[in-house]
Amino acid sequence: MTAAEDKTRRPGGDGAAEPHDPARASGYTDPPERVGFFTDTSVCIGCKACEVACKEWNALPADGFSLSGMSYDNTRELGASTWRHVAFVEQTVPDGASGGAPDGAVAPGDRPLLGLTPVEPASAPGGDAAEEPPGSKIRWLMSSDVCKHCTHAACLDVCPTGALFRTEFGTVVVQDDICNGCGYCVPACPYGVIEQRPDDGRAFKCTMCYDRLGAGMEPACAKACPTESIQFGPLDELRERAAQRLDALHDAGVPEARLYGHDPDDGVGGDGAFFLLLDEPEVYGLPPDPQVTTRDLPRMWRHAAAAGVALLCAVGASAAATAVTAVTARRKASA
Amino acid sequence: MTDHGSAANGGQSAAGHAASPPESRRRGGGEQLMVERASFDSYYGRPVVKAPAWEARDIAGYFFLGGLAGAGSVLAAALHAGGAHRTAAALKVTAVGSVGLATAALIHDLGVPSRFTHMLRVVKPSSPMSVGSWLLAVYGPFAGAAALSAVTGRAPRAGAAATGGAAFLGPAVATYTAVLAADTAVPAWHGAHRELPYVFAGSALAAASGAALLLGPRSETGVARATAVLGAVGEAAADHLMRRRLGSVATTLSEGRAGRLLRAARVLTAVGAALAPASGRFRAAGVGAGAALLAGSVCTRFGVFAAGVASAQDPAHTVGPQRARLAERAEQQPDAAG
Repeated sequence: MTAAEDKTRRPGGDGAAEPHDPARASGYTDPPERVGFFTDTSVCIGCKACEVACKEWNALPADGFSLSGMSYDNTRELGASTWRHVAFVEQTVPDGASGGAPDGAVAPGDRPLLGLTPVEPASAPGGDAAEEPPGSKIRWLMSSDVCKHCTHAACLDVCPTGALFRTEFGTVVVQDDICNGCGYCVPACPYGVIEQRPDDGRAFKCTMCYDRLGAGMEPACAKACPTESIQFGPLDELRERAAQRLDALHDAGVPEARLYGHDPDDGVGGDGAFFLLLDEPEVYGLPPDPQVTTRDLPRMWRHAAAAGVALLCAVGASAAATAVTAVTARRKASA
Repeated sequence: MTDHGSAANGGQSAAGHAASPPESRRRGGGEQLMVERASFDSYYGRPVVKAPAWEARDIAGYFFLGGLAGAGSVLAAALHAGGAHRTAAALKVTAVGSVGLATAALIHDLGVPSRFTHMLRVVKPSSPMSVGSWLLAVYGPFAGAAALSAVTGRAPRAGAAATGGAAFLGPAVATYTAVLAADTAVPAWHGAHRELPYVFAGSALAAASGAALLLGPRSETGVARATAVLGAVGEAAADHLMRRRLGSVATTLSEGRAGRLLRAARVLTAVGAALAPASGRFRAAGVGAGAALLAGSVCTRFGVFAAGVASAQDPAHTVGPQRARLAERAEQQPDAAG
C-alpha cells in the first residue's frame, strides 16, 4: 500500500500535471470517485449542528461540561472524541477596513466586511481613539474544522501497525481493532487532528462517516448543516464549486475570501477536506503552510546512516589508534 | 490573541474612509495588512499541532537506552577484537540489559500494551517506528547471544559472530530514534531533522564510552577514552548546528525544562570528556567520567524530548517558520499567485 504511494509521492514536485489519486496509489484498481468536504465558512452560522450530528452518529463520548472563555467555542479543538469543531473568532476591525485583502482584489467600497456587526454606529468621529475607536466593529468568524483527509497523510505514513489506512474513497480511517495506541500519528499530523483517548489509549479521528459512505449516504455533519456551509461530494466537483464561490465573493466585494487546502501542489498534496476562509489560516488555528513530514524522510534516513557510519568510524579509529599506541609502547619497552 | 492590532489604526482608517478615493483606501488596507502580518495571530493561543502524549520517562528514556545499547555494541565489538574482553563483556551485558529495558518502556507507553505484537504486523518503510520495531526484533537476539556467550564463555565463535551482528546493527539502533522524533510535525524535532541523528549518535557514543569507563578495568580504558572525547565533541558540534538551523524555534532548547536539562547535559558531558583521558591512571577518574557521560546523555535525550513538546505547545513555533517559508517562496517567485 505504502510502497505504491511512495512512488507517486513528492507533492509540489515538477510532474504535478497528472492529478494524484490516493486510492489508486494505495492499490485500489477501480476505486469510486475521491470524495471530500468543502467547508464554506462564509455561510457558517456557528450552530454546531455538525458537532452534534457527528457525536451522535459516531457515538463519541462527551467532552464534559466546561466553559473555555473562547467566545462561543467550548469545544476548543479537534481531538479523539471531537471530529468536528466549530471555531469562533471575534475580531475588532475599523469601519470600512478590509481585513487582509489579497492583491488584485476588488476595492471594498462602502460595503461592510463579511460577518460584521456594528458596535457603536454613528459614534462621533474625532474623539480619542480608545480601545474600540469610533465606528469600529466586531467581526465574528465561524468555521467548522475537521480532519483534512490529506492526499499525502502523515498519520497514515507513520502508523507502524497499519491501523490507519486509505479507503477506496480516498479518505483516511483508523481501524480501532488494530491500533495499539503507540501515539505516533498524534505528533505526525500537521494539523493537530488525531488524538489518543486517554482512558482508551487508542487513536481516533474523523472517518468521513466511512459507514455512511459505504451505504451511499453523505456524512452526518454535512447532512445536518443547515446553511450548506459543509458540502460533501466528489472532490473534483467541490474544487470547481469552491472556485466559483470564491469568484462570486470576490466579485461581490469580499476580497478577504480565500481557499485553504484546495491546492494539489501544497505540502500535503491537497486536502480531502478544504475550506473557504475569510482571514489568514492561523487565525482559525490552521497551519499556514502544512507539510507532510514524511516528505523529508529519505533525507532523514540519509543523515541517520551518515551519523551511524560516523559512529562506526569514530570507534574504529579510536581502536586502531589505541592498538598502534600499544604496539609502539611495547616495542619501546622491549628495545 | 486573535485581535488584529488593526483597532489601533481605526481612527486613521475611518478618516480615510470619509475623505479619500478608493485607491488610497486600498493602500490603507495594505498598510493594515503589514501590521497584521507583523503581529502574530493564533486561535486563542492554542497549539496548532498536538504534542505527543508519550511519557518522557518511557520515550526519552528509550532514546537514551537505545543509544547506550547500539553504540555499546559497536564499542564492545572493537574491544572484543582488541582483546579487552572484560570491558567488552560488560558492554555486551549493558547492551542487552538496555535494549530489554527499552523494549519494556516502549510496551509500557503503548495505549494498548497487550497489542504490542501489532508492531510486527506489517513492514512499513514510511514509518520509522515500524522500521525501529523490526530493527529491535533483529538486534535484540544478536545482543542477547553476544552477552550470553561473553558471560558463560561458551560458543566463542557464535559469540563473536553475534558480537559482529550486534555491532553492525548498533549504529542504526543508536541513530534511528532521531528519525523517529524528526519524522513528526513537532517544530523543534522536524526542524532539526538534518542534525538530530548526529546529536543522538554523539550522545550514544559518549554514553557507551561512559559505561565502558565505569565498568571496565583501568587497563582496558584505551579505546573508550578516545571515543568518549569524540562522542562528546561530535554531540557538541551537532548541537551547535542544530540550534543555528532552528532559528527562532531554538529558544525551546534553551528555555524552561528543556533548557535546564540541555545545559546540565553540556556540563556533564564536558566534565566526562575532560576526566576520561585520566581514567587510564586513576580508577576514580574513570568512574567519575563514566557517570558524568551517562548522566549527560540522559539529560540530552530528556532535554531534546522536552524541547519538542514545548515547541509543539506554542503555536508561534508552528506558524512562524511556516510564514517565513511562505515569504521566502513568494520572494523567489514574485509572479506566482497565492
